[in-house]
Amino acid sequence: MKGCKALVIGGSAGSLEILLKIFPDLEENLSFPIIIVVHRKQGTDFLLSDLLSSKTKLNVLEAEEKQIIKARNIYIAPSDYHLLIEKDHSISLDHSEKVNYSRPSIDVTFQSAAEIYKDKLACLLLSGSNADGVQGLKMVNAYGGLTLAQDPTTASVPYMPEQAISQIGVDYVLLPEEMASYINSLV
Amino acid sequence: MPHQTAIQDDEIEILLNDVLERYGYDFTGYSRASLKRRIIRLYGIDKYVSFTEFRYIIANDSSYFKRFVEQITVNVTEMFRDPSFYKTLRSEVLPKFGTYPFIRVWLAGCSTGEEAFSIAILLRELNLLHKSLIYATDINPLVLEKAAQGMFPLSQMKQYSENYIASGGITDFSSYYSANYSLAKFNDELKAKIIFSTHNLVSDRSFNEFQLILCRNVLIYFDRALQYNVLQLFDNSLEKLGYLALGTKETMDFSPIAKKYKRLEAGKIWRKISEGL
Repeated sequence: MKGCKALVIGGSAGSLEILLKIFPDLEENLSFPIIIVVHRKQGTDFLLSDLLSSKTKLNVLEAEEKQIIKARNIYIAPSDYHLLIEKDHSISLDHSEKVNYSRPSIDVTFQSAAEIYKDKLACLLLSGSNADGVQGLKMVNAYGGLTLAQDPTTASVPYMPEQAISQIGVDYVLLPEEMASYINSLV
Repeated sequence: MPHQTAIQDDEIEILLNDVLERYGYDFTGYSRASLKRRIIRLYGIDKYVSFTEFRYIIANDSSYFKRFVEQITVNVTEMFRDPSFYKTLRSEVLPKFGTYPFIRVWLAGCSTGEEAFSIAILLRELNLLHKSLIYATDINPLVLEKAAQGMFPLSQMKQYSENYIASGGITDFSSYYSANYSLAKFNDELKAKIIFSTHNLVSDRSFNEFQLILCRNVLIYFDRALQYNVLQLFDNSLEKLGYLALGTKETMDFSPIAKKYKRLEAGKIWRKISEGL
């Protein structure tokens, strides 16, 4: 994909180790923003954004409502809120019902991003134990965006990427070690 | 570009205009991404197949309109949700009211009432309940009917009890309710100090002066202009040295009233330190 306007990465159990592997090799001058939606326990936001920001020169931010999404920033969806995107590329947070037993839900952010960034959106689904994100990838696909999944054989919990591959047949299946350079090439 | 969603953006605007003209409920200041998702969700749950029909029913069936309001607003709540917030209320905020002859609390956006009963429990444990009144308001009459019953699913009590203990609770949580089949009915002593009433933050005015206003996880659904207005409404309704509590991801920092307030060290709680101009 050329001219990527946003990358959303979703993951659950086993996805943190992959993020920690990708982050050090991301280009400093990435021309699009990255939004991270991972399932985790409530109240651990601070730890996660600290941990991730120690691994990259990009700016890691805990997502705030009304914040405008900009290139070279990485936004982390806060625990216990869904993250949606408005037409002016600002962030909306939503404390409505859990989706797929999850809040934040990957489906919610994938779907919202698909409507906004359309065919200039890339979404990557990592290791995890439920199918959150799969419906979202369908919508990304329908809008002409790029759908990506971690190679399930490399995932500590393969269910989530497996479901993505079997239900929608993603555009590319990536090994953890090739993810950073692939992301860097989306510019 | 194919149409991917059941309802298009311009159709959302048509609905909002209908609802404003027909019922006087103004949702046009709500953040669109979340609102649109809620509307599409309702359309799906109620198995509509055409926007025209959906629009017609909303505009012409006032009982369905109640359901519309209930479903597009978010009513997810818990007792003692964010225990650390309640801990701060218990240890730093409410004790300040000890010498006051009368304590008025406004809980704006109370939904099904779990927070209102939580605050009543705190006040009781601090020996303040007898001189307190909690005004618990919501835009949505259906949730207020539930709230006024003071009954919550018994299955939730384990979680609520854990929250209560984490918030610094000092007695046996189960002493506050009696089990009634699958429901926990909270003591009338608590309920007697709560007034449930409809209030629309968008269009209704200030109705009293309070020492404490809580409005958590409501402003996140509003656009900046509406957030400004609502914070102004709270400011008009808050006594000097009163407290305003917002949700974990909410702030007043951007608003003109911020200069009259000082934020507490812990949590999203501000104290009104000057009356300003």
